[in-house]
Amino acid sequence: MSALLFTSLLFVTSIGAGFLGALTGLGGGVVIVPALTLVFHVDLRYAIGASLVSVIATSSGAAVAYVREGLSNIRIGMFLEVATTLGALLGAYLTAKISSHWIAIVFGVVLLYSAAASFRRKPQSPPAVAPNSLAEKLELRGNYCGPRGPEPYTAQNVPLGFGIMFGAGTLSGLLGIGSGAVKVLAMDQAMKLPFKVSTTTSNFMIGVTAAASAGIYLARGYINPNIAMPVMLGVLGGSLAGTRVLVKVNVATLKTVFALVIVVLGCEMIYNGIAGRI
Amino acid sequence: MPKPTDHELDLSVAAMLRFGVTLAALVVFAGGVLSLRHPWTPVPDYSHFQLAGPSLRTVAGVLHGVAEGSPASIMQLGLLLLIATPVARVAFCVVGFARQRDRLYVLVSASVLLVLLYSLIRDAR
Repeated sequence: MSALLFTSLLFVTSIGAGFLGALTGLGGGVVIVPALTLVFHVDLRYAIGASLVSVIATSSGAAVAYVREGLSNIRIGMFLEVATTLGALLGAYLTAKISSHWIAIVFGVVLLYSAAASFRRKPQSPPAVAPNSLAEKLELRGNYCGPRGPEPYTAQNVPLGFGIMFGAGTLSGLLGIGSGAVKVLAMDQAMKLPFKVSTTTSNFMIGVTAAASAGIYLARGYINPNIAMPVMLGVLGGSLAGTRVLVKVNVATLKTVFALVIVVLGCEMIYNGIAGRI
Repeated sequence: MPKPTDHELDLSVAAMLRFGVTLAALVVFAGGVLSLRHPWTPVPDYSHFQLAGPSLRTVAGVLHGVAEGSPASIMQLGLLLLIATPVARVAFCVVGFARQRDRLYVLVSASVLLVLLYSLIRDAR
């Protein structure tokens, strides 16, 4: 294959991954790694390196749109980034210690989880306002502009949320993905934050978390510019376009199709991992 | 100077992030165009990991490669700028919290910054 053809195919695939990832809220990283390893037969380490930089690009590129909504909570995000960045260091350390078969299997399991999580309905429960002394000390509260005007919320179960975030960071550093689904789980389910606050704050955190392992990836040579260049540009362009059309289309059917694709990719990753082909 | 509100802080952070990503994407794109000057050369075998030289793995090596006009190093410089963008965002927040006189969050954001710098500099040796 010529360099031009290879780059073009990667670019087009990445546009599709970024576009669908933004439309469905699953992120581009979850499909890029399986696509690179299963379709393009690129070494897993190059795949997670390219995916990780595209994750930084989409998270930072989309921040403007999210900030306009005024929903992200800068303090909650920063506090939890202590956990995710430390986790990301551990994850990046583990990539060199664990065989790629195991990484592929863990990746497959995370794909299956992400697909399942994308079907979870947005909870309609009111935000938690119960007093929580630890959250008060750490200033982990805010106002959510709901349909009935501003509603105050306070974080609950802070240590549990912090622990899950450490796990999310580890997965991000190990697999080169944003692990947004796990971050939302920590904020929305464990800390009882409003769903919109969880998703927008999660987007902000993804870039910082990924940056913590990117330095280590770079030094280890996982970031190959010939692969990362078309992937980063493609995923960034695709996801920006996806965010634009998000408001205009009905994503329910698309979400189902994309989730099924992810289930198939997840099973393939697990199978190839067990068979020792990755 | 008046204390900035959280939303003002958010907005300036977002503008900075967009600037960083745009700059990084432009540099990566420029390097990509240069790297495809010989579009019909065959793709190397990427199915097995091979450790690249320092011109792609350390900040000093990348800068050296850029000075020599290596397209791969130019792409890698763009990717380094991209990685530096969230780091700059956290540094920006340290300053923002300091202007808000929020000592606790100066400490929290400074810790995050330390972790990030550790990961970037750790292997630089």
